[in-house]
Amino acid sequence: MSDHLFEYLCRMGDNTLVLGHRVSEWCGHAPVLEEDIALANTALDLIGQTTLWLDLAGEVEGAGRNADKLAFHRDVWDFRNLLLVEQPNGDFGQTMMRQFLFDAWHLGQLKALMDSSNAQVAAIAEKSSKEVTYHLERARDTVIGLGDGTEESHARMQAALNKLWPYVGEMFVSDDVDAALVAGGIAPDPASLRPAYDALVSDVFLAATLEKPQDDFAHKGGKSGKRHSEHLGHILTQMQWLQRAYPDATW
Amino acid sequence: MVVEKPSLDTVWAWLSAVADPEIPVISLTDLGIIRDVQWHDDTLAVTVTPTYSGCPATTIINLDIETALRGHGIEKLTLKRQLSPAWTTDWLSDTGRAKLEAYGIAPPQPAGGPKQCPRCKSTEVEKISQFGSTPCKAQWRCTDCLEPFDYFKCI
Repeated sequence: MSDHLFEYLCRMGDNTLVLGHRVSEWCGHAPVLEEDIALANTALDLIGQTTLWLDLAGEVEGAGRNADKLAFHRDVWDFRNLLLVEQPNGDFGQTMMRQFLFDAWHLGQLKALMDSSNAQVAAIAEKSSKEVTYHLERARDTVIGLGDGTEESHARMQAALNKLWPYVGEMFVSDDVDAALVAGGIAPDPASLRPAYDALVSDVFLAATLEKPQDDFAHKGGKSGKRHSEHLGHILTQMQWLQRAYPDATW
Repeated sequence: MVVEKPSLDTVWAWLSAVADPEIPVISLTDLGIIRDVQWHDDTLAVTVTPTYSGCPATTIINLDIETALRGHGIEKLTLKRQLSPAWTTDWLSDTGRAKLEAYGIAPPQPAGGPKQCPRCKSTEVEKISQFGSTPCKAQWRCTDCLEPFDYFKCI
């Protein structure tokens, strides 16, 4: 079980780590000051949650690795994040669409994890869910505002949805790791989160005058680590360069 | 030599004099993040809960607690992080809320928005953004005096 739990905790922590890093790329570049601050705050929450998940992963693994070691000393094939969160920022609309698609899953996932049989997992989920509630509220309002906005903003949001929808399916796919955690009462069956997710996003797309793509084809390979997109390596070269140039540097 | 251990009330009083590093007008006990203080034999154990998981002030807060208690002669000290129950703005003390308002930060309200502008006290206020200058705050604006202000958001 501890191998499976380690794997699962890496998935949680790698999602927040990679998305947190992506979102932080906006710092100083967002279209307006308030959005810049909101993006930086969201990134900060996600990086904070990463510390909690990956520290626990290191503790479960018992090999002396902590969150920093896991974040900065692993290579692409060891990362277990969803393909969705490593996708490039694109324009502001695409960033917010990616955020909405992730947050809608993330909050449902965390709420389910609050009932985990593992007290440490439940505590991190309880803490994170408060922060993610604000992320989802903002992402939803922004998707509606831009989708049901000008002709230009609508077209960009529809393009973002069409581009990112094929990355949604991976969130609900199960494997042996999920099965073991479901059996242990630690985590929910990923597929069980899908009906509420679909209902939520459909309501928001209706309000945003956006059309959900018909095709449910899903790219996979991020959460299993078997096939990341080419983007993850580029993220890591930037995120890890200091620890690679000066191993174990501290300040 | 026998050294008398300070009482827990004394320790709480010391901690109530440690200011929040981001909002120095309120103390750590006003903020409600000190969850427990106990003696385990001759070791003082202080339990602290973070406000937001990524809040950069968290490490400074731990350092400030340690510095303050060591300054009062505490030699054996452990700091424990507690995540659950998660910190909530309901734990802000009434004194803390009053100090926030006097400082220009609207205190959290169950309704989810500020009761009034902390400067001119007008109730005509509007939200600018759910995110503000620190993770714990949102940006609002008074439509009477037109001043933007921070609102300590509910969590």
